[in-house]
Amino acid sequence: MDILTLFVVIPVLTVVALVFSKGIKQHRVVALIGFIIQTLMSFNLIYQYLHERAAGNHDVMVFTKDVMWFAPMNIHYAIGVDGISVLMILLTSIIVLTGIFISWKVDDLPKEFFISLIVLASGVYGFFISVDLFTMFVFYEIAVIPMYLLIGIWGSGPREYAAMKLTIMLMGASALLLVGILGVYFNSNADGGALTFNIFEIAKVNIPVDAQKLFFPFLFIGFAVIGALFPFHTWSPDGHASAPTAVSMLHAGVLMKLGGYGIFRVAMYVMPAGAHYWANFFMVLAVIGVFYGALAAIKQKDLKYINAYSSVSHLGLVLLGLLMMNEIAWKGAMLQSLSHGFITALFFAMIGVIYGRTHTRIVTKMSGLLNVIPVAGALYVIAGMANLGLPGFSGFVAEMNIFVGAFQHADTFHRVITILAVSSIVVTAVYILRVVGMMLMGPTTPEFKNLPKISWYEKTGTYILVLFIVLIGVFPFWWGGIITDSIGPFIEKILTF
Amino acid sequence: MDLNSLMLMRHELILTLLILILLIVDIVFTGENKKKVSYIAVALFALYTLISFLPLKEGTLFGGMFETNKMISSFKNILNIGVLLISLLSINWLHNKTLKHQKVGEFFILLFASLLGMFFLISSRNFLMLYVSLELSTLPVTALAAYDIYSRKSSEAGIKLILSAAISSGIFLFGISFIYAAGGSLYFHDLVGSIGHSYLSIAGLIMFFAGLAFKISLVPFHFWTADVYEGAPTPVSNYLSVISKSAAVFILMITLFVTFRELIDIWTPILYGLSILTMFIGNFFALRQQNLKRFLAFSSVAQAGFVMMGMLAANQLAVATVIYFMAIYIFSNIGAFGVIQVVETKSGKLNIDDYNGFYRTNPNLALVLMLSLFSLAGIPPIAGFFGKFFLYTSAASKGYYLLVFIAVVNVTISLYYYLLVVRAAFLRTSDNPIPYFKNDALTRIGLIIVVVSLFLIGLYSPLYDYINSVVNVLNI
Repeated sequence: MDILTLFVVIPVLTVVALVFSKGIKQHRVVALIGFIIQTLMSFNLIYQYLHERAAGNHDVMVFTKDVMWFAPMNIHYAIGVDGISVLMILLTSIIVLTGIFISWKVDDLPKEFFISLIVLASGVYGFFISVDLFTMFVFYEIAVIPMYLLIGIWGSGPREYAAMKLTIMLMGASALLLVGILGVYFNSNADGGALTFNIFEIAKVNIPVDAQKLFFPFLFIGFAVIGALFPFHTWSPDGHASAPTAVSMLHAGVLMKLGGYGIFRVAMYVMPAGAHYWANFFMVLAVIGVFYGALAAIKQKDLKYINAYSSVSHLGLVLLGLLMMNEIAWKGAMLQSLSHGFITALFFAMIGVIYGRTHTRIVTKMSGLLNVIPVAGALYVIAGMANLGLPGFSGFVAEMNIFVGAFQHADTFHRVITILAVSSIVVTAVYILRVVGMMLMGPTTPEFKNLPKISWYEKTGTYILVLFIVLIGVFPFWWGGIITDSIGPFIEKILTF
Repeated sequence: MDLNSLMLMRHELILTLLILILLIVDIVFTGENKKKVSYIAVALFALYTLISFLPLKEGTLFGGMFETNKMISSFKNILNIGVLLISLLSINWLHNKTLKHQKVGEFFILLFASLLGMFFLISSRNFLMLYVSLELSTLPVTALAAYDIYSRKSSEAGIKLILSAAISSGIFLFGISFIYAAGGSLYFHDLVGSIGHSYLSIAGLIMFFAGLAFKISLVPFHFWTADVYEGAPTPVSNYLSVISKSAAVFILMITLFVTFRELIDIWTPILYGLSILTMFIGNFFALRQQNLKRFLAFSSVAQAGFVMMGMLAANQLAVATVIYFMAIYIFSNIGAFGVIQVVETKSGKLNIDDYNGFYRTNPNLALVLMLSLFSLAGIPPIAGFFGKFFLYTSAASKGYYLLVFIAVVNVTISLYYYLLVVRAAFLRTSDNPIPYFKNDALTRIGLIIVVVSLFLIGLYSPLYDYINSVVNVLNI
C-alpha cells in the first residue's frame, strides 16, 4: 500500500478497532494510538517528501498513484502531494491528536464520539491527497457530514439548530461545488482530449474563457463557504459556539482550511482566466470579512463567539492573500492557513479548559483567572498574542507575507483593500487584549477562587500546539521554503496563462 | 417454438412454477404450521434468485412481443434481489400480524404474481403486451395494499390504489389507441420512424406518459402515493415504492428512447418540467410529515424527479445511470422501510418524534436507518451519492446545468428532512423511547445485505461498469 493511501486506511482501521473496544479507557487508548501512528506518518511523509525533492524529483506532485475507478466516466482514484499538502496533512494530524487529548474525559457515548472524529479526519486527509476532482469531492463530503452528529450529540447550547445550520450551509456549498466540478469536467475536452476529472490533466487544457467566467464563481463560493467567506460565514460562529471543544478545534483548525486549499488548488489553478476576471469582486467580499469579523469579535461576550469571529477575520486574510495573485501573498496565505490552524486550535482548547472549570464562557462573569489557573491563563495569553500577530509566533510570519504581497499592487483599489485589511490587526489587538484584561487580570471572582489545576492530558495537548506555533514563528524560512517550492506550478499556470 | 427458445422466458417460467408450488404448499400447511409456508416461500425465492443469475440467451419470442437481452435480465435480477429482501423483511410482520387469520401464503403468491407482471412489463416490445402486463403487475398489489383486512386504513389504501390504477390504465389504453391510429402498429420496432409529429401521436404520447407517470408517481400524478403508502402494510408500501416504480421507470425509458425518439422535442420539455416540479413538490411536502410512511412516500416522489433529470440525456449514459440509480434506490428505500416496518411491528410507533432516543436503545437499527437515509440523500461513501452524481453527470452532459443546479438545491432541502429523522434517532433523548428488542435472524440477514450493498454498489465500480456494458439502447 502506498504511503498516501495509508492516511485514509489507518483511520478506517482505527474505527474498526474502536467498534470492537469496550469501555471509555479502551476507546481513548485506541483512538490515541491510531492518531499517534498518523502523526508519525505525517512526519515521515514530510521527511520522505524533502528527501524526494532533494533527490531531484521536480514533478508537480510526488508519490502519485492513479487507479481507474469508474472507467465510463474516466473517474480515477488519483492521489499525490506537494509541499502545501504535506504541511496540511501534518496540521491535521497534530490537531486531531491534541483534540483527542482534550476530549479525554468525554463521557457521553465516547465510542461514537471518537468514531465520528476519526471519520471526519479521514475525509480531510483524503481531500488533501486527492488530485482527482471526483475523489476530492467525495472526501469533502465525508469530512462535512460527521460534523452534524459531533455538534448535535455532544454540543452545548442550541446544538440542534447550530448543527443543522452548519450542515445545510456546507452541503448547500457543495451543491455549488458540484455544478462547478461538472462544468469543468465537461469543458476538459476543449483541446480535443478525453473528458477528465484529474486536476493536472485539466490544467493542461485551456478551458474556454466564457466557461471559466461562468463556473469559477461556483467553485470559488463552493469552497469559500467552508472557508467562511463573507456573507456565507454565518454557520461558523453558531457552529463553533455549540460544538464540543475538540470539534471546534478540528473544525476551525482544519476543516475551514479546506476552503482556501480548494480555491487555490482547484478553482484558481484550473480556471486562471476566471480567477483574474472575478478576483476584484471576491477581494471586496474577503476584505469585508476580515474587517467585519474583527469588529464583530469586539462586540461578543462569549469566548467561543469571539474566537469564531476572529476565525472569520483571519480566514478572510487567507482568501485575500490568494486573490492578490502573486507569489509572496500566496505563500502568506498558505502559511496563514497553517498558522491559524494551530493558533485557533490552541484558543479553542484553552476555552474548553476554562469552561470546564468555570462553566461559563461569558467574559464579563470571570476575572483574575491568572491567579487561580496560571498555566491555563498563560497559554491563553500565548494564543492571544500569536493571534494578533506578535513576532516570534506563527501569526506574524503569515500575515507579514500576505501584506507584503498585497502591497506589491500599486493601484488605488488594491491599496485601499490592503490598508483596510492591515488596520484589522489593530482591531484584533483590541478584542484580544480586552479579553485578557477582563478575564485573566484583576481581582479574582470569588466563586472561582478554587479551580482545579490544568490536568496532564490538557497540558500535553496544548503544549504540542504551542510548540508548533513557536516553530513556525522562529523558523519561518523552513516552512515557507516547503511552500515556495510548490508554488512554482501555480505561478506558471495562473500568472502566465 | 421449441423448448430452447422458450427458455428465454426462464425468469417468468420459474416464477410461475414457484407460484403454483406455493398454491399447493399453502393448502398443505394449516394452523401453526402456516409459518412454514413463509419460510418455504422465501427459500424457494432465494433459490430462484440464484438460478436467475445464470447466463441467459438473447432473443425475442411471440413474434417480437417479448424480448430478453442482457440489460433486461440484469434489471430483472436487480428486481429479484429487491423482492427477496422485501420477503425476508416481511416475515416478521406476517407472523406477528396476519398469522392468526391464517393469511400467510397468499401474501407471497400475490407478491410474486405482481413481480411476474413486472417482468413481462420490462420485456414487452408491444403496447398491448405492455398494457396486459401492467395490469398483471397492478392488480395483485391492490389486493396486497388491502391485505390487513382488520385495518380501515389498509382497506382504504386498497380502494384508493385500485381506483387510481384503473383511471391511469384507462388513460394509458386510450393513449395506446391513438398511437396505433397514428403509427399503424403496436410493435415498438414498427413504430420507430412511423409515428410522425401529428396531433394524434402527440396526444397519444402524452396520455401514454401520464399512465406510466401514475406508476412512477410523478407530480401531478402523485396524489395517491402518500395515502396508499400510509395505509398499506409497510412491506407493501416498500414494494410499491421500489419495485413497482423501478419497472415503470425502465419501460418508460425504453419507450421514450426508442419508440418515441422522433418526438424527442416533445417529451424533453415535459420531462424537464416534471422533473423540477416533482423534486420541489416531493421535497416540500416531505418537510412537514410526521408519519414516517408518508414521509418516505414524499421522499420517493422527490427521488422520481431526480430520475427524470437523469433520463433527459437520452443516450447510453442516461440508460446506464438510471438503471444504476434505481438499483441503489431499491436498496436504500428497502433499508429505510425495513427499519420502520420492524419498529412498527414491534412497538406500533410510526412518527418521527417516537424515534427520539432510538440510537440509545437500538443502535444497530438506528445505524441502518441512518445509512439508508444518507444514501437517499446522497452522502458519500454510501451508494446513493454515486447514483445521484451520475444522474447529474448525465444531465450535465447535454448542458442542463440549470437543472443540475436546481437538483442539487433540492438535495440540500432533502438533506434537511432526512436529518430530521437522524436528529430524532441520534441527537435527542426521550423518557419513553422505543424499547430494545431483538430481531429474528431473517430480518437481520435482510438488513445486513442492505447495508453491505449500500457500501458495495457505490465503492465497487465494476458493478457500474457491468451495467454500462450491458446497456445498448440502439439494440432494444
